[in-house]
Amino acid sequence: MSKKKTTEKIVLATERDFPIMPMSLGTMHHNRTGAWRNIRPVIDKENCIQCGICWKFCPDVSIYVENEYPVIDYVYCKGCGICAEECPSKCIAMVEEKK
Amino acid sequence: MKKVMMGNHALSWGAQLGRAQVIAAYPITPQTQVVELLSEMCADKSLDAKFIKVESEHSAMAACIGASLAGARTFTATSAHGLALMHELLHWAAIGRLPVVMGNINRAMAPGWSIWSDQNDSLSQRDTGWMQYYCASNQEVLDTTIQAFKVSEALAVPGMIMLDAFTLSHTYEVVDIPEQDKVDSFLPPFQAKLRLSSDDPRAFGGLTSPEHYFELRYKQQKDMEKAPALVAETGKEYEKLFGRRLELIEAYRNEDAELLFVTSGTTGYTARVAVDALRKEGVKAGNLRIRLFRPFPFAELRKLVGRSGRRVAVVDRNLSFGHHGIFFQEVKSALYGHADGTAVFGYVSGLGGRDISLEHFKEIAADALKRRPPAEEIVWIGVRK
Repeated sequence: MSKKKTTEKIVLATERDFPIMPMSLGTMHHNRTGAWRNIRPVIDKENCIQCGICWKFCPDVSIYVENEYPVIDYVYCKGCGICAEECPSKCIAMVEEKK
Repeated sequence: MKKVMMGNHALSWGAQLGRAQVIAAYPITPQTQVVELLSEMCADKSLDAKFIKVESEHSAMAACIGASLAGARTFTATSAHGLALMHELLHWAAIGRLPVVMGNINRAMAPGWSIWSDQNDSLSQRDTGWMQYYCASNQEVLDTTIQAFKVSEALAVPGMIMLDAFTLSHTYEVVDIPEQDKVDSFLPPFQAKLRLSSDDPRAFGGLTSPEHYFELRYKQQKDMEKAPALVAETGKEYEKLFGRRLELIEAYRNEDAELLFVTSGTTGYTARVAVDALRKEGVKAGNLRIRLFRPFPFAELRKLVGRSGRRVAVVDRNLSFGHHGIFFQEVKSALYGHADGTAVFGYVSGLGGRDISLEHFKEIAADALKRRPPAEEIVWIGVRK
């Protein structure tokens, strides 16, 4: 339920730093996939009934619980909208990312 | 020990002596005996390898890729449509830097269905990143297989060994089989540069963004460029142990030749007979048989052709439709700016397994001695026009 630890993105400077084959160099702590997102879920805490359904349904484990309320981890959330679709009190809005 | 064997079995013996650990293969004419004998060797334990039966050549190469990444010395063999079906995975093995070694029996592509020889199957895979060796005798097949494991594993580049359908694959010749302990000293066990391991878990071949992909291809090419020197050096090391030398290009009566054939595969041996016959008729002929086609032996070819203003006749048992014979294109490209005054002509012959005979070589010689450069057209030899 706790938030994932994130670390710096791995960028290789020159070809000499590269392995010969494409391979994972670290865990998802380094791979910040939230940059793919076009729309972001925003939770209206006033109407949240703390049911935990969004936390349970998030396919990328990008919702954690803090002080008994769900919080979105935007470092990994790709904006699929499943949380908003499943929320029984309809308190999650999908808002366009401003880039 | 000397033994009379077919070309296909020379591949099997090469894989056995090289101590292949995983063999995944699917039978196809004219390759079948390669994997038949290997499966027997696995069954009677004369080869300690896992033989994986698969439902297609695509799966065969996929299994080889997995096994190689797990750290096993891996071998397979195929031909023509089987090789074509592997195409996607040939890229995967090469870009994944997995030193799989494979025999391919050069067979013409259908339709019409053919089981006879030409080189369009393997030359269609030219740009997949595999090393390509073209052989002309059963002894050469066995020796090349053992050496290919060593070169491929040192560079992390896979290797493909070509035999002409029937004229080599099914021809029986005496082959000197090297002693296992000497082969072991020449070819130690495979040490994978990268491997699947639960001690250091990694995901391989995942999404690679434009930020990183380009450098991986740069590194691949740089390692490929090391291959001609390494093949030559490995050949010398092999010669010290076994007394047989394999060159990048086999030159025959080249020094004073005015007319130089450039050939590959068994056609290269017919060419040597033609060279002797032509010399008796007063034509100073010679032959260069290209053994290593990928990476292309630029320096070796330039050295052997020289700047002497010779006539070079490239004989292709293959064709890039809408262009020329493929060895012809490559030889011209390699000599560009390096052999001023040398006339290079391209001859296409023997497609679909039609014989390329001594008479055909005499026809080629007569044409090449009188033709005016530059050559812009294909000269067809033995076609009924």
